[in-house]
Formats: sequence, structure tokens, C-alpha cells
Amino acid sequence: MALDKRAQIGARIAMELKDGDYVNLGIGLPTEAANHIPEGVRVIFQSENGVMGVGPAPEEGTEDQEMINAGGGFITTLPGASFFDSATSFGIIRGGHIDVTVLGALQVDQEGNLANWMIPGKMTPGMGGAMDLVTGAKKVIVAMEHCDKRGNPKILKQCNLPLTAKGKVSLIITEMAVLEVTPKGLLLKEVTEGFTVEDVVKATEAELIIPEGLA
Amino acid sequence: MFKLITAAEAAALIKPRNRVAIGGFLAVGAPESIIDAIVAAGIKDLHMIVIASDWEDRGVGKLVVNHCVSSAQVSHMGTNKEIQNQMNSGEMKIELVPQGTLMERVRAFGTGLGGVLTPTGLGTVVAEGKQIINVDGKDYILEPAIPSDFALIKAWKADKDGNLIYRKTARNSNPIMAMAGRITIAEVDEIVETGEIDPEMIVTPGVFVDYIVVKKEV
Repeated sequence: MALDKRAQIGARIAMELKDGDYVNLGIGLPTEAANHIPEGVRVIFQSENGVMGVGPAPEEGTEDQEMINAGGGFITTLPGASFFDSATSFGIIRGGHIDVTVLGALQVDQEGNLANWMIPGKMTPGMGGAMDLVTGAKKVIVAMEHCDKRGNPKILKQCNLPLTAKGKVSLIITEMAVLEVTPKGLLLKEVTEGFTVEDVVKATEAELIIPEGLA
Repeated sequence: MFKLITAAEAAALIKPRNRVAIGGFLAVGAPESIIDAIVAAGIKDLHMIVIASDWEDRGVGKLVVNHCVSSAQVSHMGTNKEIQNQMNSGEMKIELVPQGTLMERVRAFGTGLGGVLTPTGLGTVVAEGKQIINVDGKDYILEPAIPSDFALIKAWKADKDGNLIYRKTARNSNPIMAMAGRITIAEVDEIVETGEIDPEMIVTPGVFVDYIVVKKEV
């Protein structure tokens, strides 16, 4: 994905994070949000391998081999950080102590179902911590490219890949739009500058609720 | 009280078809010396209980590449193509377990529980064939304890009473696995005098530890 696209999605995710929030960012695109936290807002990042208070990546040459995040990347910690075992880490997650989690998706649908851990017959990375995160976090945001590499919609009426969790996604952020899962259906909240409502509708299989006056 | 042994002696305790819970997350906090000794001893047909299958040349990935393992309970395999190949060819039997559920099932065995109730996996293939139990109006999946014959873990320091402390994110699953082995073997960077580690700092009490191996410097 182009750098500006990543940055744009990262910046939009960051707008959802409030001062004092405990946040878990999934591997890949969601981590971009950490670069866009406004000054004066303190967000505490967890990584599910067992650390709260993750800081920026270390400078080259200063990496500690025993300081990684859940994606295997080297990290630093900020003052106030803590280390804990994996059961405690998932106790934090499952127990509802994480305010926001942001994950990528293979598919997401208009009922807030998410599929992001396997394509039968093709790839089976496994669910890792995703099922616990989506089940336990107070707010689940999906951040991803609007369509797959072939241009097929990823926002569907109904997921057809094995689910990660049922009905847990509340917000979808892509380079084209921001969509909210509501009891009435999928609400198109924002369209990114440079795209039209029609562009979004064309790139989305799910039925959209389009408020009047949305540019 | 624990016995001090070499990595090769640790490997010699482990037999084909044993169930082996191994600590570490993407090879950070993995007991590499013991893993290397298992590979060197050519032990086959193990059942492996791990968070992730690590990298092909680091952590438990080495056990996969060298065909020491015939089945596994694991939550993430994305960094190891070989385990996915062995699964697809039928050589390896895999049960994928959500990471938090895996930890609680392992901990349950170590702490004398028959299993745990978790909402994780409801409405997904993880729940298929499992008992759903409603508590106070909320559904949970009954997930049984995962037994293991051996727990192979990595700690930073042990004292001479087998009390263990860990370092940074190398802690991860190690304190959980440590409780869950019928026999627990801890690989450590060093052994210090009893009393040198503040009792308040100890994460795994020595009561859980049967054998200690001092890590080989590479």
C-alpha cells in the first residue's frame, strides 16, 4: 500500500483513540495509528505477548533481543510499562480491560462479523490472539484496504471465510471510507476526499445506509 | 528440589508420543538449548503445545523442520510455512486454539482444573462440537484442560532453590507452561545463590521446577 494511504488510515484510526485509553493494535496497517496520536493525548499500547506501555521502535543497533511485539518487531517501553505472562495478557484482553483494538481483515460484513485467520485450502496462519481480542475489547475497529488485491470487495453482506468472531466489529476504516456497524445495518459515515459515495458503493458488496447530504 | 542436568540429558528424558508444552513467543523466550538437543537426539512423534510455531530456524520451528513433531496444539503458524505444508500433506495433525484459550487450558491442567469457560470462539469453528454452558445469561464454551508430560521453558535466572525470574517479553507463556508439565525442565541463563533474588520478584516458585539446564552460549 502507498505510504500516504497507510498514513491516512493511521491518522483516521488515531482519531478514535482517547486520552487514557488502553489500546491493542494488530499487526501491519493498524500499527500505523501509533504514529498519529495527537500531542497531549496519552494512549497506552499493549502487545499481547506480554507488555503494556509499548514505545516506539528502537534505534538501529540498540535492539534488545528479548523486547518484541506480537508481530515479532523490536520495541522499546515507555515509563510506566509493565511485563506480564501470556495468561495475564489475555486476561486483560478477554476481561474487557482493553478500550480499543484495531485489526486487519480478510472479510468483514454488515452484521459486524469478521474473518481474518484462514483461507481454507490456501493459507492457515491461525487465529493467534485475534479471537480473544475481538471477543473481549470494548471497541473493535477493522482497518484495512477497502478491496483485496484483485479489486474484489472485502466488505460483504455476509462473510464466507471462517469467522474470527460474530457481530463484534463496530467501526471499519479504509482508504475510501469510514463505516459504522449499527443495529439497522452498515452506516456510511465518511467518504475520503477524492472519492465519491458512488465509488464506495461500487467497491462494497454490503448494503449501505447512506445519510442524506453525505458528500 | 530440582536437579541440574545438561540439555542432552533433558532430551534423553523425552520419549516419542510424549506431550510437550514449550514456552516462548516467536522464539523469544524459547528454550533453544533443549530444543537443539531434542533435534540432535532425533526424537520423533512428539505432540507439541505452543503459542506459535516460530521461525523455521529459531525456536520450536526447528522441531517442525526436523520432523520431531507429529501433532500440535498451537494458535499461530503464520511465520512458519513448513508447519502449514506438513499439515496440508497430512504429516502433522493440528488443533488451532485461540491464544488466550490455549493459555487457560494449559494453566487449568497445571492448577488442577478440568477446564475453563470462555466466550472466545463462540459462533466460530472453534465452538463446533463443544459444550456451551450458560452462566448468568451469558454463553461460554467449555474448553478442557490440556495435559502435558513435559514443560520445557526458558527463564532468565534461577536460584539454587529453583525459583525463577524472567526477562522482559521473554516471559510470555513460560510461567504458564512451567506450572503445567508433569515434569518441568527450565533452561536458564544463570543460576544464582539462594537469597540473591528478592522473594517479591520471583515469578515461578521453585516447587514447579524439576530440572534445570543452563543455556549454552552460542
